[in-house]
Amino acid sequence: MELLSGAEMIVRFLRDEGVKHIYGYPGGALLHVYDALFKEPEVSHILVRHEQAATHMADGYARATGKAGVVLVTSGPGATNAITGIATAYMDSIPMVVLSGQVPSTSVGTDAFQETDMIGISRPIVKHSFMIKHPSEIPEVLKKAFYLAESGRPGPVVVDIPKDMTTPGEKYEYTHPQKAKLRSYSPALRGHSGQIRKASEMLLAAKRPVIYAGGGVILGGASAALTELAQQLTAPVTNTLMGLGSYPGSDRQFVGMLGMHGSYTANLAMHHADVILAVGARFDDRVVNSAAKFCPSAKIIHIDIDPASISKTIKADVPIVGPVDSVLAEMVATLKDIGEAPSKEAVAAWWKQIEEWRGERGLFPYEKGDGSVIKPQTVIETLSQVTGGNAFVSSDVGQHQMFAAQYYRFNKPNRWINSGGLGTMGFGFPAAMGVKLNFPDQDVACVTGEGSIQMNIQELSTCMQYGLAVKIVNLNNGALGMVRQWQDMNYSSRHSHSYMESLPDFVKLAEAYGHVGMRITDLKDLQPMMAEAFAMKDRLVFLDIAVDISEHVYPMQIKDGSMRDMWLSKTERT
Amino acid sequence: MRHIISLLLENEPGALSRVVGLFSQRNYNIESLTVAPTEDPTLSRLTLTTIGHDETIEQITKNLNKLVEVVKLVDLSESSHIERELMLVKIKATGAQRAEVKRTTDIFRGQIVDVTSSVYTVQLAGTSDKLDSFIQAVGTSSILETVRSGVTGIARGDKVLSV
Repeated sequence: MELLSGAEMIVRFLRDEGVKHIYGYPGGALLHVYDALFKEPEVSHILVRHEQAATHMADGYARATGKAGVVLVTSGPGATNAITGIATAYMDSIPMVVLSGQVPSTSVGTDAFQETDMIGISRPIVKHSFMIKHPSEIPEVLKKAFYLAESGRPGPVVVDIPKDMTTPGEKYEYTHPQKAKLRSYSPALRGHSGQIRKASEMLLAAKRPVIYAGGGVILGGASAALTELAQQLTAPVTNTLMGLGSYPGSDRQFVGMLGMHGSYTANLAMHHADVILAVGARFDDRVVNSAAKFCPSAKIIHIDIDPASISKTIKADVPIVGPVDSVLAEMVATLKDIGEAPSKEAVAAWWKQIEEWRGERGLFPYEKGDGSVIKPQTVIETLSQVTGGNAFVSSDVGQHQMFAAQYYRFNKPNRWINSGGLGTMGFGFPAAMGVKLNFPDQDVACVTGEGSIQMNIQELSTCMQYGLAVKIVNLNNGALGMVRQWQDMNYSSRHSHSYMESLPDFVKLAEAYGHVGMRITDLKDLQPMMAEAFAMKDRLVFLDIAVDISEHVYPMQIKDGSMRDMWLSKTERT
Repeated sequence: MRHIISLLLENEPGALSRVVGLFSQRNYNIESLTVAPTEDPTLSRLTLTTIGHDETIEQITKNLNKLVEVVKLVDLSESSHIERELMLVKIKATGAQRAEVKRTTDIFRGQIVDVTSSVYTVQLAGTSDKLDSFIQAVGTSSILETVRSGVTGIARGDKVLSV
């Protein structure tokens, strides 16, 4: 057995756990750890320019791979700067392990320099947290942290490490633990077979079924099982914002995203459904609109790994607690076992209705205008076309996020990287960096706006250092678009603090950091310049695209209404 | 409705703050809370009372169960159980009142555990209702100080909450 210091154990553990990259920023409380890191060639550390970006990079990696991203931040401000990123991961159930430095245990509680109660501050936004009490427990605690972060309903785990737990001279026996032992934690391993059978029979008898699939399908690696089930039932599939890509976006059975900015087809199908199969989704307020008016004739089957998600806002008629992949696979097998198919007449009648809703103009029709200004929707359609629908696309938060969700055709899971729950502006760019670092040969685009991009723009410097050739697609309308849209709709167009005076010249800014900047103002340049940008495989390109400031995101559900109550344009509503 | 929720909790620093934090974070309400280690020093037993609709109570128990340090949980009020709360109360005991306080204490099967020439300290155990009734019987004007432990409880019969 080897004798290692606490600092060496942390680094060795990460190596033994197969962690290739960690994202962080050094500081006093972590100097022993950074010294150990200096001597370990197999774990590479990415130095960000702000700790929030480290958490989003780790988050982007986790969303693309399903594995926990690892963050290393120092005590005090390092830890507090990580909080937004931890909350972002928590809200979307993203696996993450955050190692935070802490003042020496003998100084904890004395208001020491750069001391903050990280365990206390992060408590409501972590799946769990640990404080290291003795160096010898480091391997076991870290094993637990990774296990908790990645298993069950994933989430961020904080490990707070007082500096004296990492003292170089104090060495203890190290072994890499094979398994984490936690008597009080046992996530469900499979669903209840009786409930699965009941749900299968209900789906077979349904006349107007809808499959409503969320981020849990992606986190649970259940896209293949979902697709098989949907095809078995010939049922329409709608995705939440978080679930995009869990079902192929180009498939005819896909009716688009649902909810506040969901498609007319998806929202109407939900409203008129007689059976809703909710999979890995949580009936978020941005989906259901008024809970009292939600889908009046629907029986609800709800599959989720987290019992607390079931019947939280909408009562489930058939709750199934379990991992979505195994539950869906068992449902597919049960349907085969029953040996019946849904009634052909019912399927035909339901699809006739859905096609009527979908109409000739597709899921998200918009006015293309006369071409004198670039429509933001057109930019996303062009991006989808230039990248063949195969890129990893991250986004920030606002109108551009909704346009990306509506107009990019995600055909694969884990490709759409966005902050759905917390809605964190500044997320998209570092998240894209985390993806690009781990998928250097793939196209990675960050769809953003001139508001969001400035919340973590300092990371252009990190991209230069590590050669991260992300493509930034900046939908620049010179205003905080979504805020402005709400002000247009609800505040008589009083644009209180929703426009950006003195925007920088983004082309020059990108160039100042050593990257390529392009400004696109003419529609005819859009496709060729975007293609040119993506052809520059090894360069970060900042595409600053002037888009129509007057554009709103539609459909938009009407507050306190049902799923089907929507504005369809500035003048039409359902 | 009032519920008594009983938990076995890992006896670790910070575990209690997670339980309490959950209640404030999710806007649930705690009426009383009591906690102490069990015969197994790695475990604490925590009893809390809360008031809410069935759906709220269901969410409370589910979210408590999600806390990694919660080992086991039972809603005692769902079945037959024994509940007790301990109260120590200082009561003015002068003149005619002195005998009256003694009589009331006897009726409620309490004990006088400390005496001065002007004050009785009464110890009383029972359901929260019983303690409330005692306070009412004595009258708040003669009460100088009360301290209550919060409710603890245990299921009747063979049912046990253990690891």
